[in-house]
Amino acid sequence: MKKRTNLFEAVIHGIFLLLGLITVGCVLLITVYLILSGIPAIRQIGLFKFLFGTKWASTAAEPEYGILPFILTSIYGTAGAIVVGVPIGFLTAVYLAKMAPKSVKRFMEQAVSMLAGIPSVVYGLVGMMVLVPGLRNIFHIPDGASLLAAILVLSVMILPSIIKMSITALEAVPKEYEDASLALGATPEETYFRVSVPAARSGIAAAVVLGVGRAIGEAMAVMMVAGNVPNMPGSLFQSVCFLTTAVAKEMSYSSGLQKQALFSIALVLFLFIMLINAALNFFLKGDKNK
Amino acid sequence: MISKRRRLFLWTVRGAMYLATALTAGLTLFLMLYVLAKGIPNITWELLSTKPSYLSDRIGILPDILNTLYIVIYALILVLPLGVGAAIYLTEYASNQKVVAAIEYAAETLSGIPSIIYGLVGMLLFSNNMGTSLLAGALTLVIMNLPTIMRNTQESLKTVPMSYREGAFGLGAGKWRVIRTVVLPNCVDGIVTGCILSVGRILGESAALLFTAGFAHVVNGFWAARNSAGATLTVALYVYAKEQGEFGVAFAIAAILMVLAFLINLSATFVSKRLGRKNQIG
Repeated sequence: MKKRTNLFEAVIHGIFLLLGLITVGCVLLITVYLILSGIPAIRQIGLFKFLFGTKWASTAAEPEYGILPFILTSIYGTAGAIVVGVPIGFLTAVYLAKMAPKSVKRFMEQAVSMLAGIPSVVYGLVGMMVLVPGLRNIFHIPDGASLLAAILVLSVMILPSIIKMSITALEAVPKEYEDASLALGATPEETYFRVSVPAARSGIAAAVVLGVGRAIGEAMAVMMVAGNVPNMPGSLFQSVCFLTTAVAKEMSYSSGLQKQALFSIALVLFLFIMLINAALNFFLKGDKNK
Repeated sequence: MISKRRRLFLWTVRGAMYLATALTAGLTLFLMLYVLAKGIPNITWELLSTKPSYLSDRIGILPDILNTLYIVIYALILVLPLGVGAAIYLTEYASNQKVVAAIEYAAETLSGIPSIIYGLVGMLLFSNNMGTSLLAGALTLVIMNLPTIMRNTQESLKTVPMSYREGAFGLGAGKWRVIRTVVLPNCVDGIVTGCILSVGRILGESAALLFTAGFAHVVNGFWAARNSAGATLTVALYVYAKEQGEFGVAFAIAAILMVLAFLINLSATFVSKRLGRKNQIG
């Protein structure tokens, strides 16, 4: 009897272990699949030509597969979204975490959750119908679908992640720090910006990194507003193509080397994401060790 | 007395904070109201209850609504046992810290991977083997939502008091019996929160479904639909807006999605309030 129960429990234990390891299995599967399907095209095109080639003409008679325009667009676009989105998100977070009346805070938390819950295609649609024509009229350019439009849409889309994570970090600052500063005669604003924010810096840094990850991985909204022409990004008003949109745009009709090259682009994007994840972990760990 | 310089700092900072908060609130309200105002006039019973017809040249989104519903159900049925099981392993069984760290790191990595990459891998793994279908799409979503279910279940498992388990063990129950009768019933709210958040994520997902579940607008029964390609509401929105220029329909779908997102938010807040812990979305 005893033996049978033990066997039964061991089997159950095994099943749960298996379920737990599925997550690890998925990550390995994704990594291996992306590497296996991304490498062949890079080998055929040549790593240097692929990464630093400035021309992408996958459907030309003599196709060229240089993805530097996509890489640069993704970097510029993300940097732009951070420049626009982080100050807004950060200031909102400080206000909500430290100064806002309870009712305002509750309302804004709902609003931010709502902002996070809006599907990316809806952002894309509104961007397409409001932002793109708006930019065209304001700047008198032939087409508003541009790097700038993508940056603006992305900066709104990363707001919720930045606000939520910064609020969590700011609320974790020990109250004693702030009390000490207030007791020394600093105003609340001075206290929050010169004491609380520095104390929460690794959490806020993590929030920014999270925003970078969101921005660089976004595909659909960007595809609807950026114009999707593989130009080298030279000005804010140019029609551009991100790493994500390059993959999404051509996937449905591509084949052969072109399709393989798209997988290589995905592999490059994946490497970016892994770097960002590592940075995120670094900052979050820094917060815990404090 | 506060010096002039300090007062300048004070007012600049305060003004900047008000401005940023007002901007965030304004953007959210504008987005919601704009989409609703543009979308609701286009929602008709005919749109909701028919499929697109080239003969009479009109568009109906019934197939997209059904596909969305099916894919949510398929994905939840598949992801629940996996996510809850993983959470139970982590909180109830795992004794090896390295295994725990590996699983948690994997979950974090999964939640950082962008949906377009899920779409590609889902295409390679599932669609290339079983065809572009709702089931292939759902399987892709299962991997995506695994961390959400796992983490929320884990959070609420942690709140089950140790004394409950000890009491049950003391009465001679085996580990499995303790989990089944004491631990699981006490963490239902965490599982429900995870489900709500996952439904929200699935409703909003498009990039991962584009190449796994496809674009078809066919009305199918629940069971038959698994093998047929089908667009969800978000994918249909994308196709109607970007490729067919049917902005009225696109806004109608956007308004529906907006209302759904709002309801999801409300229920998530409601459930997490009952849990008495912080609302954690995304």
